[in-house]
Amino acid sequence: MSTASSAPARNYLNSSYGLWSWLTTKDHKRIGILYAITITVFFAIGGLMATLIRLELATPAGDLLQPDTYNRVFTMHGILMVFFFLVPSIPATLGNFLLPLMLGAKDVAFPKLNLASWYCLVAGGALTLWALIHGGVDTGWTFYTPYSSSYSNTWVNVTGIGVFIAGFSSILTGVNFIATIHRMRAPGMTWFRMPLFVWAHYATALIQVLGTPVIAITLLLLVLERTFHIGIFDPTLGGDPVLFQHLFWFYSHPAVYIMILPSMGVVSEIIAAFTRKRVFGYRFIAFSSLGIAILGFLVWGHHLFVAGISTYSALVFSVLSMLVAVPSAIKVFNWSATLYKASVSWETPMLYALGFIGLFTIGGLTGVMLATLGIDLHVTDTYFVIAHFHYVMVGGAIMGYLGGLHFWWPKITGRMYPVFWSKLAALLVFVGFNLTFFPQFILGYMGMPRRYHAYPPEFQVLNVMSSAGATVLAVGYMLPLIYLAWSMRYGRKAPENPWGAVGLEWETSSPPPPENFVHTPVVTGEAYDYTKKVYAFPTQEAELV
Amino acid sequence: MWQNLPLFPDSASTLAGQVDGIYLFSVAIALIFSALIAVMVITLAIKYRRRHPDQIGSEEHPPEILELVWSVVPLGIMLVMFFWGARVFVTARTVPANAVEYHAVAKRWMWKFQHPSGAREINELHVPVGQTIVMKMTSEDVIHDFFVPAFRTKYDIVPGRYTTVWFQATKVGEYHLFCAEYCGAEHSRMGGRVVVMSPRDYEEWLTHGNAGVAPAASGAELFGTLACNTCHKSDSAARAPKLDGAYGTQVTMVDGTTAKFDDDYIRESILNPQAKVVSGFQPIMPTFKGQISEDQLLQLITYVKSLSGPGK
Repeated sequence: MSTASSAPARNYLNSSYGLWSWLTTKDHKRIGILYAITITVFFAIGGLMATLIRLELATPAGDLLQPDTYNRVFTMHGILMVFFFLVPSIPATLGNFLLPLMLGAKDVAFPKLNLASWYCLVAGGALTLWALIHGGVDTGWTFYTPYSSSYSNTWVNVTGIGVFIAGFSSILTGVNFIATIHRMRAPGMTWFRMPLFVWAHYATALIQVLGTPVIAITLLLLVLERTFHIGIFDPTLGGDPVLFQHLFWFYSHPAVYIMILPSMGVVSEIIAAFTRKRVFGYRFIAFSSLGIAILGFLVWGHHLFVAGISTYSALVFSVLSMLVAVPSAIKVFNWSATLYKASVSWETPMLYALGFIGLFTIGGLTGVMLATLGIDLHVTDTYFVIAHFHYVMVGGAIMGYLGGLHFWWPKITGRMYPVFWSKLAALLVFVGFNLTFFPQFILGYMGMPRRYHAYPPEFQVLNVMSSAGATVLAVGYMLPLIYLAWSMRYGRKAPENPWGAVGLEWETSSPPPPENFVHTPVVTGEAYDYTKKVYAFPTQEAELV
Repeated sequence: MWQNLPLFPDSASTLAGQVDGIYLFSVAIALIFSALIAVMVITLAIKYRRRHPDQIGSEEHPPEILELVWSVVPLGIMLVMFFWGARVFVTARTVPANAVEYHAVAKRWMWKFQHPSGAREINELHVPVGQTIVMKMTSEDVIHDFFVPAFRTKYDIVPGRYTTVWFQATKVGEYHLFCAEYCGAEHSRMGGRVVVMSPRDYEEWLTHGNAGVAPAASGAELFGTLACNTCHKSDSAARAPKLDGAYGTQVTMVDGTTAKFDDDYIRESILNPQAKVVSGFQPIMPTFKGQISEDQLLQLITYVKSLSGPGK
C-alpha cells in the first residue's frame, strides 16, 4: 500500500473557498460535513436538556425546575435527539461522505436533492428551535393525543411542522441512497462485493422512504386537529386517541432501526479493518440488515401492550417483536466470531466497536424482555424502558457514530486525531454510559415511572448514581469535540490509508479530490479481502500495493 | 427470599410472583448471554491481538454451522419467554369471574375511586386483602395509567372508553399508586396510595364515615331522573329496546350490523344515540352528552348491567 502522504494539491476541502461555496455545494462530502456540524449543534442543545433532567432528578423533590419547565425540557431533549440528531446522525454524515466513495462513484445519484435534504433539516430544526425559544413544547417527543391535540398550551403545531419538514430530509437522503446503490456502483462492484456499511444503509434507506411519510402524515393530522378541531384523535370530537399511537409507532419503531442499522454498518467496517479479516458471515450480516428493516415494520404494537389493544393482538406483536432479535443476535455473534484468529488492533475505533457490541447486547436483551408480555406489563412506561432504549440508541447508535467518526476522520479531514485523548474519551463514554443507564433498569423494575419530575425518596440512591454517571458521560462526549477540532489544525497529516484497511475509500487520497477518484476504480474481488490485492485502477496499477 | 433484598419492589398481589418469575428467568438469560459475549469478545481480542504492524488476520473462520446454532438457540429461548410471558399476561388481562367491581375516574391530576358499597375516595384506595378486585376505569381528559408497582400490573385509562385492570392483594400494607402515562404539568404528582387492609379493618373503614350509595342504586335513580324509563320499559310495546337481560348479548342494528351490548356500547348509546340504532326502533333518543358526568355514566352502566345480573 502506498502509505506516504499523497494528498494532492487540490482536494474537496480546498477546491473552493468561502461560506457560499459550502452553502451551495453539491459535493456529497461537503454536504456530509454540513450535516455533521448541524447535528452537533442539535446534539449539544439536546445534551444540555439531558443535563437539566439529570440535575433535577438528583433529588426526589421537584426543586430545580418548575414541573412545566421540566416537561418542556425532557420533550425537547427527546425531539432534538431523535429527529434532529439520531435519525440523520450516521446516514447523513458518514453515509453521505462514504457511500459514493465505497461504491467507487463520483457522487450520489441526485446531488441537488442531497443539498435540498440538508436545507430541510436546517429549516425543520430552525422552526423547532424557534418553538423552544418561545416557550417550548410539553407533549413528550411522542406527541400522544388527546394531550397534544386538545390539552397542551404549548408550541405543538410549530414543533410538529418542524419535525414534518425535517422528515423530508430523511426521505430525500433515503431516495438518494437507494438510487445511488442501484445505479452508481463502479464496474465490478456486485451486490455481494459491497461493504456491509452499504448494505446497512440500503436497509436504512428503505425504512426512511417507507416509514417517514407515515409520521409526516400523522403529525399533519395532529396539527389539523389542533387547528381546526377535526375529530381524528380526540374522543370528545369523535376521534380515537389510540389510533394516534398506532400511526406514531408505525414510523417511530422502525425509526429506531434508522438509528441503529447504520451504526451496525460502521461496526462491521471497523471490525473488518481492525482485525484485517473478512467479516465472518458476510451474507448473514447483509441479509440480517434487510431482515431487521422488514420485520421492524411489523412490531409497532409492542408499544401499546397496555394501551387498550386486544390481548390477541398483543400476543401477535409480542412474538413478532422477538423475531427481530434473531437477526440482531446473528450480527453480534458474527462480529464476535470474526475476532477468531484475527489480527486485532486496539485502536480507538475498535474500542468503540467492541463497546458497541457490549452495550447493544444489553440493549437487545432487555428489548426481548420488554417484548415479553408478562414483563412489559410491569415495566412499560417506567425507567426500564428509558434504560433499554438509551442502551440501543445511545449505547448503540452513538458508540457507532463516534467509532466511525474516528475511523474515517483521517479520510474526512486529512488529519489524525490524538491517540491518548481519544482512547480516554472512549473509556469515559463506556463507563459513564453504564453508570448513567444501568441503575435505571433497577429503578424501572422498582416501579419509577418515566417522565416524573419528582419521585418517592426510596428511588434517590439510584437516581444519584445515574446523575453522577451522566457527568462522566458528558466529559466523554465533550473531549472528542475539543480534540477533534484541535486535530483539524494541529493533528498529524494522515496518509491515504492509515489503518491498512481494504475498501475503495482508502484507495483515494486523504482528503479525497472533489471527484473522489482520479480514475474510475474497477472492482475485482470481494470486500475485506486482506489476502490479495483487490482493487485495480487500470492506469495506476503501480501505485497500488 | 429476593423480596428482602433492597432494590427490588414490594410484592403484594397474586400476580407479583408470576411477573417476578418470568422477569428473573429472563434476567438470568440476559446475564448468561451478556457474560458469554463479553468473555468471548475480550478473550479473542486479547488472544489474537496484532503482534506486528503488518500482520493480517488468518483466512480461517470458525465452522459455518455456528450460524445455525446462534440463530436457532436464541429463537428457542425466546419462544420459551414468549409463551411464559404470554401466560402471565393472559392471566393478568382475564378478569376472574369472582372479581368485585370498583370504579376509577382519572382526571388531571387526581384519582376518583368508588367502591361497590358506594364509598368514594380521592387519591387513596382502600381494599381488603384476598379480595379479587376489578377496576373499571375511564378518564375525564387525557390518557392516564393505573400503576401499582407492588401489584406488578398497570393499564392505560383512555378517555371515551372503559378499560379494566384486576388484582388480588396478598399483603396488608400501603403501596404506591402512580399515573404511568404522561398527562401534563402535575403528572408526577398524580399519585396516591393503595391501602391493603384485613377484611375486618376494611369493613370497619367502610362503616366509619365512608358510607355511600352503591353505584347500581345511584344508576337506578338516575334512570328515573333522566327519564330513561319513559321509553326503556320492560313491556313489549316500549319505544326503546328492552334492557333487561340485554347486557353481554349481540344486538342487531337497523343497518344489519351487530354489536356487543357492553359498557362501551351503552356509553356510546347514551352520548351518541344515533350511532348504532337497534333494529326495529326509530332513532328518537336524545343525546345526554354534556348533561351527565363520567361518574354518572359509570353508575348508569352499572345499573343497566345489573338488569342482566344474577336473579334477573
